[in-house]
Amino acid sequence: MNNRPSLTGLALSMLFAIFAAAMLFPIGLTLVSSLMSEAEISQNYDLIGKMVDTADGGKDAFVNLKLLPDWLTIQQYAQVLILSPKFLSMFWNSVGLVGPIVVGQIVVGSLAAYAFAKLRFPGRDKLFFVYLMTMLMPFQVTLVPNYLVIDKLGLMNHSSAIILPGIFGAFGVFMMRQFMAHIPYALTEAAKIDGAGQLTIFWRVVLPLAKPGLAALAVLLFVDYWNMIEQPLIFLQDSVKQPLSLYLAQINQSARGVGFAASSLYMAPMVLLFLYAESYFVEGIQHSGIKG
Amino acid sequence: MSRDGAVAGLFLAPSLIGFSVFYLIPFVLGFYQSFTDGAIGGQLVGFRNYADLLHSASFRKAAGNTMLFTAVGVPLLIILSMTLAILLNRSLYLRSWLRTSFMLPLVVPVASVVTVWQVFFDWNGTLNAWLHELGMARVDWMQSNWSMSIVVVMYVWKNIGYDMILLLAGLQSIPKDYYETASLEGAGRFRQFRHITVIYLTPTLFFVLLISIINSFKVFRETYLLAGDYPYDRLYMLQHYMNNMFFELDVQKLTAAATLMVGCIVMLTSGLLRAERRFRENSE
Repeated sequence: MNNRPSLTGLALSMLFAIFAAAMLFPIGLTLVSSLMSEAEISQNYDLIGKMVDTADGGKDAFVNLKLLPDWLTIQQYAQVLILSPKFLSMFWNSVGLVGPIVVGQIVVGSLAAYAFAKLRFPGRDKLFFVYLMTMLMPFQVTLVPNYLVIDKLGLMNHSSAIILPGIFGAFGVFMMRQFMAHIPYALTEAAKIDGAGQLTIFWRVVLPLAKPGLAALAVLLFVDYWNMIEQPLIFLQDSVKQPLSLYLAQINQSARGVGFAASSLYMAPMVLLFLYAESYFVEGIQHSGIKG
Repeated sequence: MSRDGAVAGLFLAPSLIGFSVFYLIPFVLGFYQSFTDGAIGGQLVGFRNYADLLHSASFRKAAGNTMLFTAVGVPLLIILSMTLAILLNRSLYLRSWLRTSFMLPLVVPVASVVTVWQVFFDWNGTLNAWLHELGMARVDWMQSNWSMSIVVVMYVWKNIGYDMILLLAGLQSIPKDYYETASLEGAGRFRQFRHITVIYLTPTLFFVLLISIINSFKVFRETYLLAGDYPYDRLYMLQHYMNNMFFELDVQKLTAAATLMVGCIVMLTSGLLRAERRFRENSE
């Protein structure tokens, strides 16, 4: 294969570019709409969710897909950021939930992953299979017993009800094991012969080599938990403590213009993180392959 | 060896304690509850909850919809992402830009694009406006059997990047000289695809299939945000059912449904892993 694209390559590239544009469209439309005034938004999108009776002489009416604002305004952002303090407080709620989960799951996960990847103990593979299975289960599967456990621990309506299960999620263990399994035994064995204990080997040899894995895990966890809806829906009934995802679900219906701005701010950290750390992201996904 | 075991115990302890409290014990509790009558103290009732569950019309509806969604969405997603990966595996203009744009939906939170989906698929939405331009009648996308295809679109939109990355990695791990040898021996493009690409990509495909099925369960977020607790019949999935049973405090049906679902996932996963192992042994 030569490195210069051929003519078919050019045609394909163009076809792809169209497809890619379609993929980006929902994101772009959100950003563009966030810069429109409330009046412009309601003028174009007010018909959403309304049953217009076209039978009684009225013309067919549709929403008007508006790609460019009549004039740019940051009115919606001002509304979201300054005039309604709820957004910012829920933004920090999200940060306060996701931050500890990411840090915690990385610490707990890489410790356990070391045992799975580099140590021998009876029942290792069976235990790992159990971890793997829980990772695959939908949240609803353990809803009732989870509720009971969290209630028993007195965590109901407390952010710990989300954070603690998050920290002990199996995904971190799984992915760090995949990364650590690729570190050659020769390295850990050599350290062992030099008289290093397991903790030293973990800290000085394995962890530095698994750094790309740690970064990849952080990115993937961040994206996943930033997006969570089911857990806070059940365990955080108190709306003061809820994260942004639930706030958006409410606001999108009532004030669409503000919703667009809030949505843009909500996705911004993830999109920026992704663009900044895309290679880690890709590497993380590739390592999540089960074999290895 | 035994010292290794003791050290392993220390490394595992934090994870194992939390994992047991928040995942393992809840699961075992749920399993047990699915065989009791739910009163405090709980009498064992054998399989009665399961019988009730299987007779419940809304459970059947939910299970059927979930299966239908997985059966349609997953193959479609895999075919599309496979096509993308194969085409992106050659030199294209703007290749890395294209790759980035296919992956971007993966990180965009579901809640932040719900309004856009509404703009498109509402009764008065853009899609219907286009149909109207073409002189066709409008379709009530969210309140008809079409609703599931809308969710399939959202599922593909969100997950195509993930599968594409996995498949690209699989494709790039196939040594180039296999293709060179094959074309020297006169094998055409299609034969090369069938006998090299497909064979060497199969292990990756097993994993992609598994991940796609698992991700198909997560589509609940989209349907929930778009259509709420009780969406149109076609969209009523097992997760809606379980959520609603939870709020109706019907613990018996919920735990029985959960146990059935766990059983299915475990069987599916171990089946896929076994098939993968057998495939690898045969091809070596």
